[in-house]
Amino acid sequence: MDQPMVGKAIVQDKTYFLQMREHPWLSIGSFMFILLLWEGVSRMAWIPSLFLPAPSSILSEGWTMIKTGILFKHIFSSLSRILWGFIIACSLGIIAGILIGSFSIPEAVGNPIIAATFPIPKIAILPLLILWLGIGEASKVAVIALGVFFPMVINVYTGVKNVDPLLIKAALSLGSNRARIIRKVIFPSILPMIFAGMKLGIGIALLLVVAAEMVAADAGIGFMILTAADLMQTNKLMVGLIVLSLLGIFFNWLFKKLEHLVIPWKQ
Amino acid sequence: MKVLIDHLSKVYADRRGESTEALRDIHFDIRDNEFVVVVGPSGCGKSTLLNIVAGLLSSTSGQVVFEGTQIDSRPHTAVVFQDFALFPWRTVLKNIVYGLEERRIRGQQQQEIARRYITLVGLQGFENKYPHQLSGGMKQRVSIARALANDSLLLLMDEPFSALDAQTRTLMQYELSRIWEETHKSLLYITHNIQEAVFLGDRVVVLSRRPGRILDIIKIDLPRPRGEHLTLEKRYLEYVDAIWGHIKNQAREAMEETGG
Repeated sequence: MDQPMVGKAIVQDKTYFLQMREHPWLSIGSFMFILLLWEGVSRMAWIPSLFLPAPSSILSEGWTMIKTGILFKHIFSSLSRILWGFIIACSLGIIAGILIGSFSIPEAVGNPIIAATFPIPKIAILPLLILWLGIGEASKVAVIALGVFFPMVINVYTGVKNVDPLLIKAALSLGSNRARIIRKVIFPSILPMIFAGMKLGIGIALLLVVAAEMVAADAGIGFMILTAADLMQTNKLMVGLIVLSLLGIFFNWLFKKLEHLVIPWKQ
Repeated sequence: MKVLIDHLSKVYADRRGESTEALRDIHFDIRDNEFVVVVGPSGCGKSTLLNIVAGLLSSTSGQVVFEGTQIDSRPHTAVVFQDFALFPWRTVLKNIVYGLEERRIRGQQQQEIARRYITLVGLQGFENKYPHQLSGGMKQRVSIARALANDSLLLLMDEPFSALDAQTRTLMQYELSRIWEETHKSLLYITHNIQEAVFLGDRVVVLSRRPGRILDIIKIDLPRPRGEHLTLEKRYLEYVDAIWGHIKNQAREAMEETGG
């Protein structure tokens, strides 16, 4: 009988491609490349600057708007609307979520109301809110609050429902009553869900503030973008978009920092 | 003080109306400063029994009575759970003072009690660590200190070392034996481990398989303090063998029943 060939095979790590390499220079480089390409395309006037102004001219427009202070006026208007709407929505959302999650009667009453109103696009409610609250700040703050309220209340409710029952048992065995369990066990347990709700909420708030300002406002980033388009000031319009991008990045960073500060026990 | 577990039965009913009998007519008492161990095969309703005594589950019939208690702020029971049940957002120290906060013990007195039990379970230097920074054995020490600090009339432990590896488990048994000999708290301890039951207990209540009934209550007449040397002694091994006899028969009966 023939002996089989005695060869050798070296074992390879088949998972090597899972270790995603980082390419920091490629990230920066490609970003710069696109900007340069854009600049070139606009300068060569391949695309009319009315449709696509060069980054450099957008920047100089932005600088002018900063110097005159007009940009900050718009940012401040939008931010104060977001802030009020956000604070109202988060407080109400957390309270409602805890109540609906912890007690049977609020759950029976609250769940169908949320299920029925959640699917309505909030911007569609704006005309009704203007009818009720007038064309001033209140209706804009209200539409933002409504938009942020839903992700918050749903997140908090889910969080309450998923609190480790063993921790509740432990608290009970250490002498806590129901109210103290909500404060000392349920609230810290749902903090990560509250932050998740805030991150979802800020995106919605930016969307809604712009939409509301396009419907009815005399200041704000949405108003600025809309009037710039009406007057064919594409530079100004682009500045508005960049500001929105920067605001989104800023809020994400802020919430991440806050989360680390407030939840030090989480890895 | 005496805790009477008075003809306790528990039947679980599920949504389809099918019922499972978990405990049948459990009757024994736990006297002052006594270490009582309940041992039984898995699924014999040991944890059900402990949860009823802790007031975390209702019984179907029978009751748990604390006799001769004084009216003060001391809670009836404190529980050490198998999975530690530490609050992840609280440091070691904050976990230990949880029950003291609930009893309105504050300031200086709270800190003194906490320090005493941190020293007793050997957690000095770990006061400000979060649970996720500790090993399993350390976590269970925190849980034991937390239960002890609350100064309950009866301490309950539900397989506290089952989630630990075998070596840590053995060391923690010695440790618990030492801690108990220093504190002499009335203690109801649940385990499926016969060696552990004999090593720790003053009396061992042997439960049958489901529905859990008491097969025997064995007084463990071994000297204290109990240490490593005990596990080699003849009388210790005889106790272990006697209890294994009961539980082995249970397992055999169960096999024959399902096979026949």
